[in-house]
Amino acid sequence: MRVALMVTCINDALYPRTGRAVVTLLRRLGVDVEFPRAQTCCAQPMVNTGYLDEAVPVVRNFVAAFEGYDAVVAPSGSCAGSARHQHGLVARRSGDAGLARAVGELSPKVYELSEFLVDVLGVTDVGAYYPHTVTYHPTCHSLRMLGVGDRPRQLLESVRGLTLVDLPAAEQCCGFGGTFAVKNADTSVAMGTDKVRHVCETGAEVLVAGDNSCLTHLGGLITRQRAGVRTVHLAEILASTEGSLA
Amino acid sequence: MSGTFVGMPKFPVAAHEALGNAQLRHNLAHATGTIRAKRTHVVDEVTASIDGTSGWEDLRMAGAGVKEAALLDLDTQLVRLEQTLTANGATVHWARDAAEACRIVAAIVKAHGADEVVKVKSMLTQEINLNEALAAEGIAAWETDLAELIVQLGDDLPSHILVPAIHRNRAEIREIFLRAMKEVGRPAPDGLTDEPALLAAAAREHLREKFLRAKVGISGANFAVAETGTLVVVESEGNGRMCLTLPEVLVSVVGIEKVVSRWEDLDPLLRLLPRSSTGERMNPYTSMWSGATPGDGPKEVHVVLLDNGRTRALADSVGRQALRCIRCSACLNVCPVYERTGGHAYGSVYPGPIGAILNPLLKGVGRPGPEGEQVDSLPYASSLCGACFEACPVRIDIPSVLVDLRAQVVDAHRGGVPTAEAVAFKAAAVTLADARKLSFGERFTRVGLGIARRLGVSAWTGARDLPPAPEESFRAWWKRTDGGRQEQQR
Repeated sequence: MRVALMVTCINDALYPRTGRAVVTLLRRLGVDVEFPRAQTCCAQPMVNTGYLDEAVPVVRNFVAAFEGYDAVVAPSGSCAGSARHQHGLVARRSGDAGLARAVGELSPKVYELSEFLVDVLGVTDVGAYYPHTVTYHPTCHSLRMLGVGDRPRQLLESVRGLTLVDLPAAEQCCGFGGTFAVKNADTSVAMGTDKVRHVCETGAEVLVAGDNSCLTHLGGLITRQRAGVRTVHLAEILASTEGSLA
Repeated sequence: MSGTFVGMPKFPVAAHEALGNAQLRHNLAHATGTIRAKRTHVVDEVTASIDGTSGWEDLRMAGAGVKEAALLDLDTQLVRLEQTLTANGATVHWARDAAEACRIVAAIVKAHGADEVVKVKSMLTQEINLNEALAAEGIAAWETDLAELIVQLGDDLPSHILVPAIHRNRAEIREIFLRAMKEVGRPAPDGLTDEPALLAAAAREHLREKFLRAKVGISGANFAVAETGTLVVVESEGNGRMCLTLPEVLVSVVGIEKVVSRWEDLDPLLRLLPRSSTGERMNPYTSMWSGATPGDGPKEVHVVLLDNGRTRALADSVGRQALRCIRCSACLNVCPVYERTGGHAYGSVYPGPIGAILNPLLKGVGRPGPEGEQVDSLPYASSLCGACFEACPVRIDIPSVLVDLRAQVVDAHRGGVPTAEAVAFKAAAVTLADARKLSFGERFTRVGLGIARRLGVSAWTGARDLPPAPEESFRAWWKRTDGGRQEQQR
């Protein structure tokens, strides 16, 4: 099985450690993951702001980069959701039947990390060790667009040394929402502040989620407020072992 | 006496104001939290199976199905509805827009020499500002739903579809009653406290004389059955039943999207609506009437079938599903944006997620001027979290409609002088279409900063730190170490 890493543009530029964690984790599980260098972005920022014409060349590039792989793995529910549920829309907009066909073939092969681990590889215990108290925020697109359900929790519960504590109002949005975070900054911050308050209530040392975009927003609030909680991507916890902790 | 939403600012401006109101935030968090918990309870109960056959998802599919079928056959169903209503002794009027509907209603009221009407809670009559139009003709319109009465007496605006005074707590309501009831009828009793039962009793006493006096009642309708010529009003308080049965004349203003084909179609809808709106298995009062019945209820029954933008929405292939809406307000109660800003920020009688799509669909996007800008800001008043779609009893995919409307807003402005945002996204499209030209990290940073600068970096950094930049991008790491195979410390 040829597996490609779709690292996502935000991880490429700002969180390379998350991409490296996916590589470490997948190699440990026997998957020789490749990194197609032609990849850039899933086009979600354009689509969700209303710039569909501008999304077309980006989706075209996405298809060119990942065509031919058996599976494409992304450490992001949002970007995987974009590829699975929005690329068809962009392809229709382009009026290019060839692109629509290619998108139709590629989209179902795009997996969010926890889906790939649990559904494709069939593992929940990935051999990780992480001796911390952790609370998990289920990001909206992984939860409602992809329906990852309790897969991330299953993975976290199997990590040795890890104590998972419930997050109150876990399923409520953190307020990131892409360009929503700046177009409606006041509302975004109000939502994020409530989320951070709930995180602090749990007493957890670490806030974990499957999307670094949401964690950028929450982490930005947490450090500004000196709230004393660390934000860590799910992949980094799953990659951790004794002697190499995230 | 209550105002209208005319002249409301764009959503981010109105939201900024609302978010600063601590009392509003507290009232909303409490109220939406309470309704959410009630709804979850009665919805989970259906999932666990009510009669062994139909779970909640089946019910949602059935509800969406009957509404969709009627909308796809709307021309036929409406003519059929007119025929059955007429055969039942009702007079049917057709209105293209708000002004036409208001004229028709005012003319009927005046023809009976009335200078006041009692009203059943109705979203549509608020949409068309009927009370204001009647006031201009010297006709007083009394709201009789408790929450609508609070809004009217408080010279306020509704902020929720089901509970329009959700932004008020009981202490505020007591003050409104004490201050305003005496100006328009029976005063609030001396020694009124903020005990809910006493507040309700004060409203009952105040309204009773209006019910018994009014010659004309005004209503909307939750559903209109084409097969039988029946209108349906679903309510909790019994004020609707009073308005629908006591006055001699009843005028119902009904949106054309309220029609369903058959009597049986009410089955899923009447099960979905109370569970989704008040969190009850069944609502206390369901009134159904088929035209006029001699010796029982109003002697004269009028039905005004109103378009007011609905055919515009119907022509929108993605957005038309919004016409399935049964005004339950479940999407408001689960919306994290609504919970914090409240309803007024949406600048319409339809707030929350459904308002963010319904207003642009009914009014059209890309119109010039402040009102156009306000409407165009609504599809962006969402983080696209999807909680609304999950809660919607008729499966309106609100996030998808929001995204489509955003594209319509952008498209409507193509060709003119591009905004800073449009310039940024065009630049991003060019650079993100090809990974070869520059090192990706540099380019992403440039694209990101370009967009951020044009949208305003301070919008992010006002309350949030930016993450520290890493030493090298993932791409650079992969290249340097051959994907980690030649990993060494830099």
